[in-house]
Amino acid sequence: MSSRPAIPTNPELLRRILTAFIRDEVRKVGVERVVVGLSGGVDSSVSAMLAVEALGAENVLGIEMPYRTSSRESLEHADAVAAACGMATLRVEITPQIEAYFERFPDADNLRRGNKMARERMTILYDHSARWRALVLGTSNKTELLLGYGTLHGDMASALNPIGDLYKSQVWALARAIGVPAAVVEKKPSADLWAGQTDEQEMGFTYADVDALLWLMIDQRYGRDELLGAGFIEAFVDRVSAMVRNSQFKRRLPIIAKVSNRTIDRDFRYARDWGR
Amino acid sequence: MPGAKTTFPIAVAQVAPRLGDVAANMALYEEQVGAARAQGAELVVFPELSLTGYFLKDMVSTVALRLDSPEVGRLRELSRGIGLVAGLVEETPEFRFYNSALYLEDGEIVHVHRKVYLPTYGLFDEGRYFARGDRIRSFASRFGRMALLICEDLWHLSTVYLAAMDRAVTILCPSASPLRGVSDGEPADDNARYWERLLAMYAQSFSLFVVHANRAGFEDGVGFWGGSSIVDPRGAAVARAPYYESDLLTAEVNLKRARQGRVVSPMLRDEDLDLTIHELLRIREESGATPVDRSPDSESAARDEAPAPRRRASRR
Repeated sequence: MSSRPAIPTNPELLRRILTAFIRDEVRKVGVERVVVGLSGGVDSSVSAMLAVEALGAENVLGIEMPYRTSSRESLEHADAVAAACGMATLRVEITPQIEAYFERFPDADNLRRGNKMARERMTILYDHSARWRALVLGTSNKTELLLGYGTLHGDMASALNPIGDLYKSQVWALARAIGVPAAVVEKKPSADLWAGQTDEQEMGFTYADVDALLWLMIDQRYGRDELLGAGFIEAFVDRVSAMVRNSQFKRRLPIIAKVSNRTIDRDFRYARDWGR
Repeated sequence: MPGAKTTFPIAVAQVAPRLGDVAANMALYEEQVGAARAQGAELVVFPELSLTGYFLKDMVSTVALRLDSPEVGRLRELSRGIGLVAGLVEETPEFRFYNSALYLEDGEIVHVHRKVYLPTYGLFDEGRYFARGDRIRSFASRFGRMALLICEDLWHLSTVYLAAMDRAVTILCPSASPLRGVSDGEPADDNARYWERLLAMYAQSFSLFVVHANRAGFEDGVGFWGGSSIVDPRGAAVARAPYYESDLLTAEVNLKRARQGRVVSPMLRDEDLDLTIHELLRIREESGATPVDRSPDSESAARDEAPAPRRRASRR
């Protein structure tokens, strides 16, 4: 592919804006704390460490939720991140509840199992947010949100998300700047749903390529012809466009049948920060 | 204006109001006005819609205030002994809602500016909720002739041109400007940097002071970049508040700097108003646009009588 405009990173500025965002949006709700699912990957590490910087380590709880097939390395990395920023962690094994469920549906494929695990983890995070008077901090980046590479009501669920407008490449740059352990930044991204799984292998393209494409397509509003002119391969452009379009449902509230004159989110319009 | 001050300490209250909570924000106003007074300020400027919050959506009609409301009465009280610029939703007797800024002095409403250019694109939705102001006027104050312009108004070069031709020496600009765009190697977002160029250009081109009062805080994840500034007629910021956090910015305005600017670069004196009017009329004629009647007896002008000035405001 030919030369393309690079995605800006500016980690110092992002760090300043995102810590201010966490402080403001958490405290105005009347709470001081967040819980965050720690996977040992770079996204949850960045979210957690930004929260520690914004709220103090005593106000952030990292919850590790391994399944029996989760890699040992993931847990070690999660522990290393917690140690690096001084936050407490809690480990909640999800194996028993997953096994209990799939005993009834033993033929479930990897996709169903992976989604179920993501949603079990969500229920654990929300339970602990209630127990600890905290908000659930999101860890989905802009690349995966746009591609729909996440589980609806699972890892996509949160009260607030500091990194949802950052492409994966920007998350990596920010991770280096805020001191996420090098092993976490440098390893291949993985949902860790089965042994040896990596995001890039599963998606069939690299984050570097798809971020460069999405940056032009979404942020710079390049049309299809302009993207081809910028050197992207047609099949790649079309496939990624379709992924963005087909996952739009994951980025919206459920659709509501309109029957009244004032329907939620249609003509009943209020900010989430209503009165805050 | 005879007796107008040529130097005065000014404060900008770069606040993060609570969305839709006028009572809480009035308390914030009281606290900030008190702090400004304590620091010796004679004029304090608050951001756009800082009495209500910005992304109001369906709350516009519920937080709107009549100019004869007790809340505006409280603002008049606050302005005793200090100039005050407040940003709120103004409701007219005909039940129109404007994104307005009030200039108050010694317990009186001296001037009301209703935002003319309501951004309705990208993340903005103002045209959906507000009526559009239809005039740009300067006004006399204890601190000389000023004009009020709100946020997006300044993205239209014609507004500052009109204010300058209408003899304003200070432009007061309350804003609720959201941060967006991150570039490598910059201390602030792209929008902040665009604004800084814009304010410097206006101040220098028209040899006037620009007081930019921007917000801080977040609403639904949208941050306001702060960075309020007082820009002198050379285009230099004599004071600048920090980005992305609340602050009470204070500085001394010396109107002699405008005099110096106009001695050295008398572009305003040389500005050919008749040429501009002539060419604008020709352009409108050639474009086939229908002229809008803005004469004093037109319906649209009659609507604007409410804010008119001291005589009316002092009835209460």
